Amino acid sequence: MRPTMTNIATGQTIPLAAQETPEHSHAHPHDHEHRSHSQADHEDHHHEKKTVLLEQAILSKNDRLAERNRGWLAERHILALNLVSSPGSGKTTLLEKTIADLQKEFPVSVIEGDQATLHDAERLRRTGCAVVQINTGAGCHLEADMVARGLESLQPSTQSVVMIENVGNLVCPALFDLGEQARVVILSVTEGEDKPLKYPHMFQSAHLVLINKIDLLPYLSFDIDQCLRYVNMVNTSAQVLQISAQTGEGLSAWYRWIQQHRSIGPDGKGL
Amino acid sequence: MHELGITRNIVNIVTEQAHGAKVTDVTVEIGKLSAIMPDAVRFCFDVVSQGTSLEGASLHIREIPGQASCHTCGITFPLEELYDSCPCGSRNITRLSGEELNIKDMVIV
Ligand SMILES: Nc1nc2c(ncn2[C@@H]2O[C@H](COP(=O)(O)OP(=O)(O)O)[C@@H](O)[C@H]2O)c(=O)[nH]1
Ligand SMILES: [Mg+2]
Ligand SMILES: [Zn+2]
Ligand SMILES: [Zn+2]
Repeated sequence: MRPTMTNIATGQTIPLAAQETPEHSHAHPHDHEHRSHSQADHEDHHHEKKTVLLEQAILSKNDRLAERNRGWLAERHILALNLVSSPGSGKTTLLEKTIADLQKEFPVSVIEGDQATLHDAERLRRTGCAVVQINTGAGCHLEADMVARGLESLQPSTQSVVMIENVGNLVCPALFDLGEQARVVILSVTEGEDKPLKYPHMFQSAHLVLINKIDLLPYLSFDIDQCLRYVNMVNTSAQVLQISAQTGEGLSAWYRWIQQHRSIGPDGKGL
Repeated sequence: MHELGITRNIVNIVTEQAHGAKVTDVTVEIGKLSAIMPDAVRFCFDVVSQGTSLEGASLHIREIPGQASCHTCGITFPLEELYDSCPCGSRNITRLSGEELNIKDMVIV
């Protein structure tokens, strides 16, 4: 299944050619390190093998595109947050609540990543914000080029906030920089306190950890202090907030965190 | 299969750099702390490389063990997990290796 992008306002869906980066496809017209690759050349040296050093990061292309997104966002003083969690931790619920509460203060738009369906984007659309849905198909994470296309379609206004809901998964989203200003990991108390140790990359790369569904704590044996110790084992600098996206408990601290990051701005100079 | 995205990136970079030449071998480095499973990459590689100039190529994976040096006691020690501390108990360490995800070279004919 191939990735697609749907503009929820117009209902228009277009295929996303994942991995294709127009700026780069013909970036090496003259390659001085290699032999020429003309047909005749190949025929002449039929069985001659040649080792070519590549020495590059497997994710270099994504990293480059992520930096481009970061620049694009910085120019427009837009705060972009990458929200990651396991499926069902409450990302969409948190966004619904957050947008309803904050959109009178500044515009918020959403890039919604899911392997399939428009459900989450439609839920968010009901809050009145602009949403673009990216269906990653077989892919289990968003990549920087998808976010670039999403931003192009959304055209978020300057000084606004863009929330990126990543695909529910704590493994590969850790590896793919999207160009966000900060990464927010959501862990719900029904998942067990040892998630930070099971997915150390994700938690290590987080700027903020939200422990969600704390309204359920009375019914569970979730040890919140142990969970905080585990977060601290993998990441000593992340802030941790305890919230319930359902009841609204703790959300004012999350809103303060957003405001703080809006005022820091993508380039550290404020919005 | 989390390795699919990684493998696509390997195949894309190599295809681009091969400029249409047939690739017989690709060597990559995968750090043991990178959360990427070499076996799964091998599996994906055969699927993803089909129909490209890498089809049928051998994929060589060098696994790089985790290592760190300690700022408190000065030793270099193996890192089994990303969040390990030094045997001396210190967490003031610098990771030296284990997180690699690199393409080293390719062989073309
Ligand atoms: N009790 C409780 N349920 C929650 C909370 N946040 C989300 N949920 C529920 O968890 C389920 C998954 O939430 P959703 O927002 O779709 O998760 P996502 O997959 O991370 O986007 C839904 O049934 C939500 O109603 C919370 O704070 N408390
Ligand atoms: Mg969701
Ligand atoms: Zn994955
Ligand atoms: Zn030590």
